[in-house]
Amino acid sequence: MAAIEGAAGEEAGALPKEAPSLRPVIGGLSAAAAWFAVAALTSAWPDAEEWERTGELASLLAVVGGGLALASLLRRAQRAWPWMLALALGVAAWEVATAKLNLLPRPFFAPPQGLLEVYLDDWPRLAECVLHSAWLLISGYLLGSAAGFITGVAVGWSRAVGYWVNPVLRLIGPLPATAWLPLAFFAFPSSASASTFLVALAAFFPVTILTLSGVAGVNSAFYDIARTLGANKRFLVLKVAIPATMPHVFVGLFMGLGGSFAVLVVAEMLGVKAGLGWYIQWAQGWAAYGNMYAALLVMALLCSGLVALLFRIRDHLLAWQKGLLRW
Amino acid sequence: MVALAHKADDEAGLGLAVRNVSHAFELHGQTLPVLDNVSFSVEPGEFVALLGPSGCGKSTLLRLVAGLEPPCGGSLLADGRPIDGPHPSRVVVFQDPTLYPWRTVWDNVALGLEAQGLLKQNRARVDEALALVGLSGFAKAYPHQLSGGMAQRAALARALVNDPRLLVLDEPLGKLDSLTRIAMQGEIVRLWQSAGFTALLVTHDVEEALLMATRVIVFSERPARITAEIPIDRPYPRHRDDPVLVDLRHKVLDLLGMGSSW
Repeated sequence: MAAIEGAAGEEAGALPKEAPSLRPVIGGLSAAAAWFAVAALTSAWPDAEEWERTGELASLLAVVGGGLALASLLRRAQRAWPWMLALALGVAAWEVATAKLNLLPRPFFAPPQGLLEVYLDDWPRLAECVLHSAWLLISGYLLGSAAGFITGVAVGWSRAVGYWVNPVLRLIGPLPATAWLPLAFFAFPSSASASTFLVALAAFFPVTILTLSGVAGVNSAFYDIARTLGANKRFLVLKVAIPATMPHVFVGLFMGLGGSFAVLVVAEMLGVKAGLGWYIQWAQGWAAYGNMYAALLVMALLCSGLVALLFRIRDHLLAWQKGLLRW
Repeated sequence: MVALAHKADDEAGLGLAVRNVSHAFELHGQTLPVLDNVSFSVEPGEFVALLGPSGCGKSTLLRLVAGLEPPCGGSLLADGRPIDGPHPSRVVVFQDPTLYPWRTVWDNVALGLEAQGLLKQNRARVDEALALVGLSGFAKAYPHQLSGGMAQRAALARALVNDPRLLVLDEPLGKLDSLTRIAMQGEIVRLWQSAGFTALLVTHDVEEALLMATRVIVFSERPARITAEIPIDRPYPRHRDDPVLVDLRHKVLDLLGMGSSW
């Protein structure tokens, strides 16, 4: 028996030992070559108008090419290289259409070196704005989600709480958080606290609704069994209702995060004198479109980074779901 | 194997008395009677099967015995004291294993001890219960990784780890394939023999009732009334082709109105 198992194990172990394909290495190296070509093109082809950071851009593109070449030789770019190739072509097209040929109307379309210039020259202000936005977003989102989670569990669990809170949720919940802007800015002592409130509100509603519907929908047999095994109310809430509801809660958390982004940017554009939303508004006012694109790119990275973080947290907390459904 | 059988003495089994119990449900504003003046008692250590057509109200009776609901009329006594709520000495195994999907098999089995605050001193008992149902190798598995029979075994371990004095079985084998079913019928009887608890089994499978129980109580269609009580004085392990059991099966099927179809 053991011998058979051993043989089977060897056979199974032999599968991945097949000679790894050279395709990703060749692909990665060709993508790296494309980045070097774009760097050469940027540096050799004179700009239609003068841009300060063309040289730095060419160096940066070459650095990307070098890094990519190294990664492909170390087999770290197995799946990324088609994207890197496409990105190189995209950057080339962008560079040619803007800086080299001036095909797109200025000043609305900035060339890559325009964005680089912003990052190199205006980074202290951008960093301050990122910190400000991130703090506002994270504090508001955490407050709103926590309040929404607690409210959802309370409403889903207790009929008395549900009786009083449900009508309020139904009336006020569907109201977009942005509609509270004018009220919030005079009702709160500072624009920072007002926008924290609005971001929290945007996260609060979806988290509350999804949590309470999750708690209300928990299989009653889960409660029956726990009760016959000696569970008290506290155990039923903390160890049965809440874990059973977590998949719903995460749907609410994702929806709330999207809502928080929207409210954050609007609040910063309208009342707060800091943050990425304010920066975009300010750049547009000065017709500094390069700054605007630079800030948009940073904002995209911030938002997608937070969403990716939330996915990681969910994957960790809801690992038990993995075999049950496709994520 | 006998690790959980250390209570096999006088106090292991619980005595149950059901006195004139009636129950009804409200459905769309109408009253639907489910149990009609049911009375019977179960001696400590007995294995009683409640047999009746499906939907006759047997499972409702089990919910009352478990203390999950109070009866509309009559009373239920455990060791002479009225049943006024669930208690870990009376554990139910339902037709669906209903394991908690976010807990591993080990944590599922540990739930009762955890809920009663006894887990820290009794972690070994969880391992013993898993060994008893043959699931030691699956302690860290999640319920969705188990087959139907394994899930029901885990549910059984979750009940047994509490050293129940009354094990209430609500068609626990109803959804299993026939081979697993036969195997688990024998396993449950062995567990009952070694641990000495009182067992109350609801089933609509005549053969299962005759193979496992020391006494079969036959119920009518809804609202359920008791139509017969049949003691089965045969030694274990029992065999399906035992002529006494074959005779009894004819008799019981007759009582259920199926006599001509055998």
